[in-house]
Amino acid sequence: MTDHTALFEYLLRLGDNTLVLGHRVSEWCGHAPVLEEDIALANTALDLIGQTQMWFGLAGEVEGAERSADDLAMLRDVWDFRNLLLVEQPNGDFGQTLMRQCLFDAFHFELLTELTRASDDRIAAIAAKALKEVTYHLDRSSETVIGLGDGTEESHRRMQAALDLLWPYVGEMFTADAVDDAMHTARIAPDLTTLRARYDERLNNILSEATLRKPDSNFAQSGGKSGFRHTEHLGHMLTQMQWLQRAYPGATW
Amino acid sequence: MYAQMVTSEATQDDPEKLAAFQARIDAGEKIEPKEWMPEGYRKTLIRQIGQHAHSEIVGQLPEGNWITRAPSLERKAILLAKVQDEAGHGLYLYCAAETLGVSRDELTEMLLDGRMKYSSIFNYPTLTWADMGAVGWLVDGAAIMNQVPLQRTSYGPYSRAMVRICKEESFHQRQGYHIMMKMAQGTSAQKKMAQDALNRFWYPSLMMFGPSDKDSVHSAQSMKWKIKMNTNDELRQKFVDQTVPQAEFLGLTVPDETLHWNDEKGGYDFAEPDWSEFFDVIKGNGPCNTERLAARNKAWDDGAWVRDGLMAHAEKKRTSKLAAE
Repeated sequence: MTDHTALFEYLLRLGDNTLVLGHRVSEWCGHAPVLEEDIALANTALDLIGQTQMWFGLAGEVEGAERSADDLAMLRDVWDFRNLLLVEQPNGDFGQTLMRQCLFDAFHFELLTELTRASDDRIAAIAAKALKEVTYHLDRSSETVIGLGDGTEESHRRMQAALDLLWPYVGEMFTADAVDDAMHTARIAPDLTTLRARYDERLNNILSEATLRKPDSNFAQSGGKSGFRHTEHLGHMLTQMQWLQRAYPGATW
Repeated sequence: MYAQMVTSEATQDDPEKLAAFQARIDAGEKIEPKEWMPEGYRKTLIRQIGQHAHSEIVGQLPEGNWITRAPSLERKAILLAKVQDEAGHGLYLYCAAETLGVSRDELTEMLLDGRMKYSSIFNYPTLTWADMGAVGWLVDGAAIMNQVPLQRTSYGPYSRAMVRICKEESFHQRQGYHIMMKMAQGTSAQKKMAQDALNRFWYPSLMMFGPSDKDSVHSAQSMKWKIKMNTNDELRQKFVDQTVPQAEFLGLTVPDETLHWNDEKGGYDFAEPDWSEFFDVIKGNGPCNTERLAARNKAWDDGAWVRDGLMAHAEKKRTSKLAAE
């Protein structure tokens, strides 16, 4: 794999994570438990879609095949997507959505922090902008996980169930493959092992305050960021997201 | 124009106090929450501001319906920002209503069990992407017609909420018109979509201003109190006069064969909407009344454990903080 291909793949991973999660979060619009949460969820989705535009803009430039950010979002099929399996998981109840958000935000925060020091200035600049937003996302999702974990008996039960359900998707974030290695060697991306140590420390604190128990098994599902095997959920999301572009090819909106 | 047919409440206060109150309003003073106000003024405002707030909240649904299908990243971001603004408007308005002695939860319960209304327009479905354009252009356009004068309304908190809301609404209307422009200049399928959206949203938009003045018996008291600033027909005329040239610019046809410019009055003559349809929608028989209320009820019911959980946690934190002191 050339560095060029690896860089393109890596940028797709960053952009696909924010696109797919942003889309999922946007599904809540108008249906949240309280008005403040509706606003916060829309705000999070908006940040993530904005980050997608930046990552895909750069990915298109790096690829050099004249694909726009919209082409990358709207005209690729499931096997071309490079997002983590975690972010394509369905929303479930509000607790599941916020648990997914917290598990991702804690990773996203550490990753972006490192990417602000990337040897590629374009990546460092996008990471710096995104980090400001993600710092807020993490504050909010971790506080909500704590509040609901340490809330009523029912909210605690639901949050534990959400954690148990989503835990097998955590490992993929930290399992390095050839793309991660190439990016680490190019001094763009961090070493995922050290990232995991910081992630675990933060997450342990959050879960302990939330009175939630981390599952014993560290089994990790994989296949998202490599694109080898996504879950069944992603295809349904794409049929919705890409429908207009597919049904009316070449139209501008 | 998110409040329709708000009945003015009768008031049985001391005539001297009432006269002094009216004098303040006539002098253009703002009434603030802790000041004396007639009971009818307070109740009418609660009904009107509450209905307006509910409209913002229910109004998220027809547009939220297209967020996941927006045709580009930019359109998705703009639509998200717009729907988020609407939730924010709901929040300011509930806060304004709370200054009159009613809680947001009480107002919400009244929306959910049908005791309070929201604008008839949100009971119409959004079927194509062009509807996002039509909603912004026509629905937000109609809302602005009503809300700009309401910035001068007599109740301070309502008037200040309107100032903030109006700034955002004009951005909403522009983005709606921009969508329509893209569609009208687009492929033949897009043009067809744009025309279809105008056909379906024209009359429901005219209905947003409420029944004709001759049938609108409740306006007088509200206008005297400066809760309502213009009559329904005045605003409807202004809306038509503004919108027809915009439709012409787009190359779209307003679905009204009787529409023509009347030199004498300096405005368009146009057909009235079908008022029986309007009253059907108000009574709960619009195309989407059931879905809209069901969606809000589901969000509220499904969210009960979240609200309870967060409250319980806040209470635990408060207790442990007290114990530590």
